[in-house]
Amino acid sequence: MKITLRILSYLAFFLSSSLFAVNDVSITGVEFPKSLSEFGFFINQDKQIPSKNVHPYELITTLFSDYSYKKRFVYVPKGEKGFYQKNQAFNFPVGSALIKTFYYPQDERNLELGLRLLETRVLLHKESGWEAVSYVWNEEQTEAFIKIAGKTINTSWVNKQGSTIPVRYRVPNKNQCKECHSANDEILPIGPKARNLNKNIFYEEGVKNQLIYLLEEEVIGSYPKNFNTIVDWENKDYPIESRARAYLAINCGHCHTPSGVANSTGLYLDFNETRSIHLGIKKRPVAAGRGSGNFKYSIVPGNAEESILLFRMISTEPGIMMPESGRSLIHHEAISVISQWIQSMSLN
Amino acid sequence: MRKLFVFLFIINLSQLIQADIITIEPGSEVQEKLQEALILAKSGDTIQLVAGIYNFSDGLSLDIDDVVIQGAGMQNTILSFSEQKSGAQGLLVTSNGVILKDFAVEDTKGDAIKVIGSNGIYMINLRAEWTQGPKSTNGAYGFYPVESKNVLIDGCIAIGASDAGIYVGQSDNIIVRNNLAQYNVAGIEIENSFYADVYDNIATHNSGGILVFDLPNLPQQGGHHVRVFRNKVVDNDTDNFAPAGNIVGEVPRGTGIIIMANSDVEIFANEISGNGTVNIAIVSFGDSNEEVLSNDLYREKEQERYTNKNYYPHPKSIQVHGNKFGSSGFDPDVEKEVARILADLSNGDMPDIFWDGVLPFFQMIFGQPKDEKLVMRNNGDASFLAINPVKFFFSISDPITRKQEIYQGKIKPLSPVTIDIPEEL
Repeated sequence: MKITLRILSYLAFFLSSSLFAVNDVSITGVEFPKSLSEFGFFINQDKQIPSKNVHPYELITTLFSDYSYKKRFVYVPKGEKGFYQKNQAFNFPVGSALIKTFYYPQDERNLELGLRLLETRVLLHKESGWEAVSYVWNEEQTEAFIKIAGKTINTSWVNKQGSTIPVRYRVPNKNQCKECHSANDEILPIGPKARNLNKNIFYEEGVKNQLIYLLEEEVIGSYPKNFNTIVDWENKDYPIESRARAYLAINCGHCHTPSGVANSTGLYLDFNETRSIHLGIKKRPVAAGRGSGNFKYSIVPGNAEESILLFRMISTEPGIMMPESGRSLIHHEAISVISQWIQSMSLN
Repeated sequence: MRKLFVFLFIINLSQLIQADIITIEPGSEVQEKLQEALILAKSGDTIQLVAGIYNFSDGLSLDIDDVVIQGAGMQNTILSFSEQKSGAQGLLVTSNGVILKDFAVEDTKGDAIKVIGSNGIYMINLRAEWTQGPKSTNGAYGFYPVESKNVLIDGCIAIGASDAGIYVGQSDNIIVRNNLAQYNVAGIEIENSFYADVYDNIATHNSGGILVFDLPNLPQQGGHHVRVFRNKVVDNDTDNFAPAGNIVGEVPRGTGIIIMANSDVEIFANEISGNGTVNIAIVSFGDSNEEVLSNDLYREKEQERYTNKNYYPHPKSIQVHGNKFGSSGFDPDVEKEVARILADLSNGDMPDIFWDGVLPFFQMIFGQPKDEKLVMRNNGDASFLAINPVKFFFSISDPITRKQEIYQGKIKPLSPVTIDIPEEL
């Protein structure tokens, strides 16, 4: 009798898990599922309504990806949580997943007109470590399929000014994921750091600090009272330096850091860098090639126009532009902030 | 236990046998096909690129250890990036034990082949070329291993790089041999690297032939133990077309070999000729050459900003011997500071070997320590010119010396570089 009950409960669990919950084996298994729905991250995938235990989250300052919008989710296996690590993302245990869907609204002025889902990137914590791969949405917007080698999506959207902006959107291949996500040659999550999660969010039950919410939901463990929070680079209430450093930390500092892919350059733009030469101030380029734009220094205090850093942000030419991948459009608002910051530096 | 051993042995064997050859052909889908093959390859696999022209719109990358990418010859298998829309280089390798052989990479927007953090990278009979000739819009580097160990570049051709045709940066245990570098700004450059043998190469029609440099503020600095021998460094006569800002942008057209801020460098048995500015230059690092010569104090201040305070901006323990020198200094590139100063100071009698003489202040007065001295021997009738920077700085007349006798110390040969080379090579 007991055994029958147990079998029944297993069956019930299996059925319910396959219908309403995340398929844990799809995260930890050796092979990647071919389609996104096999993970079971969503109750309603095309509407991006997450399953139970898949929690949406937001970041204070985000990576620019050709003006695309992003929805982020974290999944942690039942009974486990991510632990705080100084200067790093929460240490989510094996079996966890970070899920990020990239999309454009058809028209930024009227979100009711619907969305164009581009890709859903997943970071999966397997026994052997984290692995990154992307699923590309089909034309019908009904399913996303794995694209190991990446993909080019030629699309467009209507921006807030009503202009149609064409974009050659690039879905990164598996190796390109690693460019930003690797530290000392290991793939790691970079977004959900305490300093970049520490903001108030509107939840159904009211406004709440996101870290407190995630703590209560047992997605994360306890974290220290005091740590430096990154500012929202778009918020004009903050000093220009904090805004610029926040933007650079998120958009450049994952490669341009002593443990990152671009460490050979000696240009370090991560959140904690304080040495002026490594921040690029009067720093000569090392192997920039034509990326130097005929200028001598990464940053010339008070002279944004002759600063290589800005020159490479303005360019959209491969071989010159920075970041090297993930961008094909100019991020005008960011250029304005970085210019103001460089202009504000004293000549001494 | 024995069963287990047998079992493991069989597994091992089967892994060996399972090494696949994946054949790729040119075609409209080749971007995705080749990139997918590069990602799905297993260690031991060979990716075979049949003869033909392959067109790519994005960069390619390999991150699997022990993979061979094999073409049908550097004139037959051509990876063309002239229509490249994204990606900072043609091919990026970030894994260990990789053999690249018998193909060409053309017209990349950035570097042709870049290798980051690899232990064991073997580039054999490859060609990296910008087909429109020397242009400042060409990519920076042809062959560009950085932060790597056990580097072999053998039998390759590099043409048209707007920085260096062959550039090895911040690496250890390096052999660069049997290559041809021409119409680049720098032919071959060894930068911030330890233990490099550069031999049997031809560097011609570049702005500068072979450069051995060390730069500050980098994770690996203190470049040392570099042997440059049996190379033909001749007729480097292309105007410097590097975008300004880059350190090679300061290299005068017509420079044979430059040693900057390295230690333990041995230059021997080379043929160095037809270099219109100077056959060999030995110089210190400075923010610009003018500052090197005129304001050492400025640099001392700069040095306080260096991460590694040990960065040593002066060349030391440099040996130049048994080289065959031809014409030198007949057409100095006076657009560049170093060449202008040299032309001024030499009064038209340009030397084969030039040393800027810049040293820590104490050494400029009392001389270099014995084991750090510049040594020159058996260089035929090569002429020499060194600056006395103290005299130069205080504008005392005749701030140069041409005497070689005092530099004729004993040669202490550096040991040859050995690297791990896979059996199949």
